[in-house]
Amino acid sequence: MNATLLITIGVTLISSAVALSLRNLIHSVLLLVITWIGICAFYLIFNAEFIAFTQLLVYVGAISMVALFAVLLTRVAPSTNQRNKQSVTRFIYALITGLSLFSLMAFAVLHTDSPKEKVEALPATVYSIGKELTEEYAPALMITGSLLTLAILGSVLLAAHSPQSKENS
Amino acid sequence: MSMLPILQTQDPYLERLPLLLREAFTHYLPEPWHTLSNQLISIVVILSVFGLLFAILTLAERKILGHVQNRPGPNRTGFFGMLQPFADGIKMLTKEDIVPVAADHVLHLLAPVSLLAASILTFAVIPYGKNLVALDINTAALYFFAVGSATELSVFMAGWSSNNKYSLLAAMRALAQLISYELPLIISWIPVVMVASTLSLTRIVSLQSGYSFGVLPHWYVFTPWGFVAFALFMVSALAESNRSPFDLPEAESELIAGHLTEYSGFKYALFFMAEYFGMTALSGMAVSLFLGGWNAPSPYLTFIPSYLWFAVKLLSLLAGFMWIRATFPRLRIDQLTRFAWKFLVPLSLINLVTTAFWILSQNWGHLYFIPRLIITLILIVVPYILLSKKLGRGYAVRTYSYAPQ
Repeated sequence: MNATLLITIGVTLISSAVALSLRNLIHSVLLLVITWIGICAFYLIFNAEFIAFTQLLVYVGAISMVALFAVLLTRVAPSTNQRNKQSVTRFIYALITGLSLFSLMAFAVLHTDSPKEKVEALPATVYSIGKELTEEYAPALMITGSLLTLAILGSVLLAAHSPQSKENS
Repeated sequence: MSMLPILQTQDPYLERLPLLLREAFTHYLPEPWHTLSNQLISIVVILSVFGLLFAILTLAERKILGHVQNRPGPNRTGFFGMLQPFADGIKMLTKEDIVPVAADHVLHLLAPVSLLAASILTFAVIPYGKNLVALDINTAALYFFAVGSATELSVFMAGWSSNNKYSLLAAMRALAQLISYELPLIISWIPVVMVASTLSLTRIVSLQSGYSFGVLPHWYVFTPWGFVAFALFMVSALAESNRSPFDLPEAESELIAGHLTEYSGFKYALFFMAEYFGMTALSGMAVSLFLGGWNAPSPYLTFIPSYLWFAVKLLSLLAGFMWIRATFPRLRIDQLTRFAWKFLVPLSLINLVTTAFWILSQNWGHLYFIPRLIITLILIVVPYILLSKKLGRGYAVRTYSYAPQ
């Protein structure tokens, strides 16, 4: 535990916690960017340069834009602050999904065998990374890709207004 | 400035001069301080050299634009208008800093600062000379574009925090442009990484040393795919650094300076500075990736130190930027995005395939060099013609009639 690591963890955790508690969504997204930069620093501390800069390029460069555009372009419904029956059921569903995802990840983290002794890091050349991604870890890559596609489809479905519901309101 | 302070004694004296100068500063300090002081000197040198270059560039741009438009340009301050940048600096510093009452004050300040910080950070990895690179990392090229992508966030912050609907709309427009052109910018340099199979810029530059037949340098711009990639890279770089003819984000003459509407004084100057820094850094990147970095163009000219060659290439690319600004009219936003998505992105993807062919046909031998060259050229030229025909359909050659006939 050195000072750099402690500062990185502190900045990452505090910025994400503040981002969750803020009312202004734009400020939350900008604080999340600090969190992502913190994660990038985390990778850098452990000498994973390639994944650190990819994290920066993808999250700070692209995902932040998606989040900001999503905040700006979605119409805030007038009944945001009111609790109705639907929002309660949604809350329960969200809680169940979140808890199951968290338990799945916790299970995976706890049951992964981590090597006890120090492992010699492989030289992270572009060639070796590309080879690993297209050979040994190709299924993982494809599963992640389809998961992300599903997530995008799901969010489109959530955000989409069917013409029927428009007539009702 | 190098991380590895190895003084190669076989290098000529001028080549070693920057390192010797640094040594003269640091050898009084105790040994453990050397790394820190070396890095501090690198930072100071980069900041002062590029800060001064920024001042000279603003003057050069105004002079060049002036002469292209048949007027003298600034010529009242000092000899040949030499003191104009400093007069501008004093003016900007002493101007009142106006922040709208309803603006988000913190973000309004953070936007120009983070933009400038991101554009200065990109200077760290460019190899300026044989022994001159501030940060020699294995993933330098990726670092450059990762840090550069933070500029989009600053543009958004500037537009949103101003609390002005024109600023916000302009920020959206600027983001549409930056995101559209970031894709061809990044895809266009992937062929270089494919051929060099490394992301380290010092390695990419050293792979481009050497000469065929004793004359033609092994720069990537002289290969068919390299030439196309260089052209795509420069067009995208022009758009990424908001330069004319892609200067829609700012467009001071018709779009009230876009997301900069509510900025004045030194904050405005910071945006301006970041634009020039971005332009310089992208040109330096183009020099390193395609134009052989600090390598001399001929084996007979290697007596001139490497950093001077880098400077010559960088300045000629920057002069090209200014020439383009003086020549081309501004695009419309729909033309701009159509050009990116329908022309540049497909062409850069096709260039990836061409490069793959070029790599796979590497061991065809000297006999098949001409057919290899021809197939590569066909792979590039045919899609280029088809795409440009398709893009130009419905936009026939205009006939102008200035007076009733």
